Amino acid sequence: MELLAVAVLGVFALGYFLLGGADIGVGMLLPVLGRDARQRRLVVTAIAPFFLGNEVWLVATAGILVGAFPVLEGELLTGLFPAVVLLLVGWIVRDMGLWSRSRSDGRAWCAGCDAAITGGSWGVALSWGWMFAGLLAGRIHEVVTGPGALLTAVAVATLFAVHGLAFARLRLSGPPHRRASALFGRCGERPGLALTSSALVLLCLAVGFRLPLQENAADPGTLGLLLPAVLVLMPFLLGAQALMWWTFRARVERPLYL
Amino acid sequence: MDPETLDLARLQFALTAGGHFLFVALTIGLATLVACVQTRATLSRNPVHERMTRFWGQLYVINYAVGIVTGLVMEFQFGMAWSGLMHLAGNVIGASLAMEALVAFFVESTFLGLWIFGWGRLNRWVHLGLIWVVALTAYASAYWILVTNGFLQNPVGHARDGAELRLTDAWAVLSNPAATNAFWHILGGSLVTAGVFMAGISALHLFRRTAEVELFTKSLRIGLFTALPALFVAVTAGGMQFGHLQPMKLAVFDQNSTRIAELQAEQVARFGPGDYVPPESWTRTGGIVMLLAFALLLYLLVPSVLLAFFRPVVRRFRLWHLVLVAAIPLPFLAMISGWVFREMGRQPWVIDGVLRVEDAVSDVPAAAMRTSLLVFTILFGLLLVLNWFLLLRQAVRGPDAVALGRIPEEPRPMSATF
Repeated sequence: MELLAVAVLGVFALGYFLLGGADIGVGMLLPVLGRDARQRRLVVTAIAPFFLGNEVWLVATAGILVGAFPVLEGELLTGLFPAVVLLLVGWIVRDMGLWSRSRSDGRAWCAGCDAAITGGSWGVALSWGWMFAGLLAGRIHEVVTGPGALLTAVAVATLFAVHGLAFARLRLSGPPHRRASALFGRCGERPGLALTSSALVLLCLAVGFRLPLQENAADPGTLGLLLPAVLVLMPFLLGAQALMWWTFRARVERPLYL
Repeated sequence: MDPETLDLARLQFALTAGGHFLFVALTIGLATLVACVQTRATLSRNPVHERMTRFWGQLYVINYAVGIVTGLVMEFQFGMAWSGLMHLAGNVIGASLAMEALVAFFVESTFLGLWIFGWGRLNRWVHLGLIWVVALTAYASAYWILVTNGFLQNPVGHARDGAELRLTDAWAVLSNPAATNAFWHILGGSLVTAGVFMAGISALHLFRRTAEVELFTKSLRIGLFTALPALFVAVTAGGMQFGHLQPMKLAVFDQNSTRIAELQAEQVARFGPGDYVPPESWTRTGGIVMLLAFALLLYLLVPSVLLAFFRPVVRRFRLWHLVLVAAIPLPFLAMISGWVFREMGRQPWVIDGVLRVEDAVSDVPAAAMRTSLLVFTILFGLLLVLNWFLLLRQAVRGPDAVALGRIPEEPRPMSATF
């Protein structure tokens, strides 16, 4: 039962870091990929239909953490308090930039929203790097500081950015596509994404195995109710996501709502 | 435990929960109205109905976007600031919070993304189905959150086992009257909020004599014809809650000082020395303002619904239009003051009779809590301003300026990427 709870948590966490990581990475590199207003709008369109569906994987992860590992959730979030605040602030700023961007055509408005998207995405990525730095060292009760932590945080954020580039190559065309591809050399689009995805999966697994999950699982009575419900829901949740990815599979060639 | 951390954490939770609630109040009701209007549009294929769907849908999306980001802070705050609560009651309320995240939040957001960006790309009936899923999952969200909150108000179905509570009767938790009555109360309140919002914005356009007379006449009537019955649902479910309020909350509301003293003595005998009286002025004022706002809404909505039967009146009675515009904040006031009454009246308990607020707060340094309070307060303040700026600007501009569901001028691209 505990093992199943860990597996379910893992599925949602990996879902977030693979899918959400891609749109965060694109957001981080928005000014690099799009050099003028139209190009930036297209870069935003590359992630627009997905980011809402991607970030809820983290909402679900946090939900599973609360439901199946309530004590650990409290300890983690309290221990990593400053990093979690950074994550939430980055997340809010980024989302508001994305949602508000095309509500006005003014140049200053768009520039402000672009700054919010880029800055917020960096905040989110760096906060994950900061948290991972401590968790990899096996410290869950306080955030780590010092040059080692900073280096890890920057490295993790860079991985998000590269993963974003790999995703952008599949979504964009024209000059932004060329810029996204520059780093990958002769590596194909799909192999590139597979490469960055595997790197992220390895990182997440490394963090996951350091967490004291099994010994902190909730009471069997609670898990016995929660886990079957989650397993019954899972096909529906995945189906909804599959429908979303299928609907917006076309390469971006014109702006779409945002 | 640092007493300053406690005060800061309480203030932070009050601001984030209250702020989030103000967005949600409109979101739940407006989702329902948009779904109804779109159903009508799908059946009738009338362009006016389609434009109505897009106009109100656009306002809904603007409000939803801010609601979702404030909700994120809520979800993480349980662990960040109230780890004592999760430590003691995680086995009971953790599951309902998890269900909210999975059944409601996850499905709602995925389908909403499809609805927004899939406009014109999906089959009309599929697209209609999406908004109904969004509306129904919004209700599910409210239900699961109120199951959690209902347990805090009226803890049922659990047994104490050492330092933790265990779930003994899941059905009792799920059908807790403190949750189910509150659910209908909130559902009614949200529909009143959205109905009055719709009527008020429509009245503004009719007052300004914009070209969209037909669209806003229909919208005004939908808003009013929804708000009045919803008001009765809200007040009935609200009244039913008085039957099982905490006795102390009721005594404070009634200003019955002998009863308060009696209950205080009773709780001291049961739980040891301490102050078991909630902040009286907050609790009482919250309850009274809610009832006053209800009375004002009733006096406004009954004659308004009668007037709304006459089309020429709907189009030309400009003084009435102004009154309807002025009424837009009233349901928000009722919702937030009712929330203050419910939550303040539970103090000093976080779980009534089980866990005190001071024992639930996380062991976080006061400085860290102060910084996060400051950051989130500023951010939420900005979000509130941004939301209402965008909402009102879009509302005033009218249906022609709506980006949602606009048919693109360029041809549709066909190259698939995956």
